[in-house]
Amino acid sequence: MTKAPSVSTTRKIKVDALSRVEGEGALDLHIQNGAIKDLKFRIFEPPRFFEALLRGRDYSEAPDITSRICGICPIAYLLGSSQAMEDALGITVTGPLRDLRRLIYCGEWIESHVLHAAMLHAPDFLGLDDALQIAKVNPELVKTALSLKKLGNDILDVVGGRAVHPVNLKVGGFYKAPTKARVRELIEPLKWAIDAARGVTLAFGGFEFPDFDYDYTCVSLRHADEYAIHEGRIVSNRGMDIAVREFPDHFLEEHVAHSNALHGMLRDGGAAYLTGPIARYNNNFDQLSPLAKSTAKEAGLGRTVTNPFKSIVVRMVETVYALEEALRIASSYEEPDASCVTAAPRAGTGHGCTEAPRGICYHRYQLDDAGLIVRATIVPPTAQNQKQIEADLRGVVERNLNLDDEKLKWRCEQTIRNYDPCISCATHFLKLSVKRD
Amino acid sequence: MIDRIPWIIGVGNPMRGDDGAASAVVEYLRAQDIPAYDFDGDGAELMEMWLGQSRVIVIDAAVSGAATGTVHRFDAHQAQLPRNFFRHSTHQFGVAEAVEMARVLGRLPAEMIVYGIEGENFTLGGPLSPQVEQAVYQAAERIKIDIGGSY
Repeated sequence: MTKAPSVSTTRKIKVDALSRVEGEGALDLHIQNGAIKDLKFRIFEPPRFFEALLRGRDYSEAPDITSRICGICPIAYLLGSSQAMEDALGITVTGPLRDLRRLIYCGEWIESHVLHAAMLHAPDFLGLDDALQIAKVNPELVKTALSLKKLGNDILDVVGGRAVHPVNLKVGGFYKAPTKARVRELIEPLKWAIDAARGVTLAFGGFEFPDFDYDYTCVSLRHADEYAIHEGRIVSNRGMDIAVREFPDHFLEEHVAHSNALHGMLRDGGAAYLTGPIARYNNNFDQLSPLAKSTAKEAGLGRTVTNPFKSIVVRMVETVYALEEALRIASSYEEPDASCVTAAPRAGTGHGCTEAPRGICYHRYQLDDAGLIVRATIVPPTAQNQKQIEADLRGVVERNLNLDDEKLKWRCEQTIRNYDPCISCATHFLKLSVKRD
Repeated sequence: MIDRIPWIIGVGNPMRGDDGAASAVVEYLRAQDIPAYDFDGDGAELMEMWLGQSRVIVIDAAVSGAATGTVHRFDAHQAQLPRNFFRHSTHQFGVAEAVEMARVLGRLPAEMIVYGIEGENFTLGGPLSPQVEQAVYQAAERIKIDIGGSY
């Protein structure tokens, strides 16, 4: 038994290598006389200078180069950069090509959400160390999760040419449109998957969620006709409603000494904001499918979610939705006449933004008249969420000061995993330290 | 016949110094017309890669505290793989986790050999350490004994 710390001590808790997150990061927590003296969520994954290495490259190279930022969410980079280039070149992608983009993005949501929720985050709620322990307790759950994830990867394979780092996407559309027969092969597995994902959602809805709520500023895309995934305007629950190209006017990135990833914040007042599944759910609940809405209700979610630990359920609700969308698109797919829209290079600046599984991922490129990249800016979701992660941690620690160091560490790691942080994306692995004195 | 040929998978990122040890083994084997595959995704996908295969050999970089260039060899059916031994892979679901998960789910191939090549330098863009280069050759030659008359 570890003794609960007395109030008048100083505690330093360090998590030197946070597990079950992507990339390298750490948390340093210093508690003095029962109050937080210092709390730093540090990302020390080295910066990779993608924005610099894009300079001087042809506009058409940006999707394949930027997709290498992340092996979990390559579509966010492939599509964000493609749409920014299309904005700069004055073209739009519609019809079946647009549908294919939404389909492959559904695939990315499915594989990313299921991997995180079932394999990485669920152990936190079950008091287990990792997914291996879940597999021992409930092998069927793990088998279902693995099959769902594989289906997400299969969508990437069918539309994108391969499951990891797809190669078939380009500015204007695709190198080759998938055949109707291959897309239709997804239909039967998708029908199975919708029920299976609903079952997992309801199971996760029965978890015990730590008591913590936050009045988030939720920032997401919103689209007039659909639950926004790959297109839309940037909106918030505080009345923001802007075009993607206005992003730099409303959001800032600040370098803080303790992190290699820039901290995102609102330009107006410098406050933290939330992007990702909960933000999307809160802003766009009305646009979810009836089945996704009823699944959310049965799993115990309200119309809005303010407890970040419930993100695991929201991810599964979005998975149900993404599976339904994928089924809808796959069922009505007809091969397009042309696999892409072409455009002549021209000077200009283009903006693109999509809903990566972890939240909005913004791209901006300035091109010269030969279509070469003069400047590139990419703002990934984990960088935007960093400040909010620290705010959540502060709130969670304040409510849990009575926990011993090991349990407090666990709770902090769980809090960070609420965000499914992709630290590799954000820098550009997490170590946690708690000091109490 | 097909399932008699071992499925050889090298795990790691050749752009991160000694993490590229397994890729170098794959390259060496391929140069001798032995089919082998590179892999840099997560453990869940790794399990998918060997699904349906009866003979599998996986190679990964290891960080166990042994001398750099040590070639570790495990028969997954003989013992559990040590945790915190292989270099952590993406999302912390790596080779050891994939093998142990497959064991729990009853999806372990009938024959499963795992090699770990002890590395020391994992910096971005770094070369293989000289001892690791030597170990790549040793591991590849040992794998040729494993696969015996298959080729």
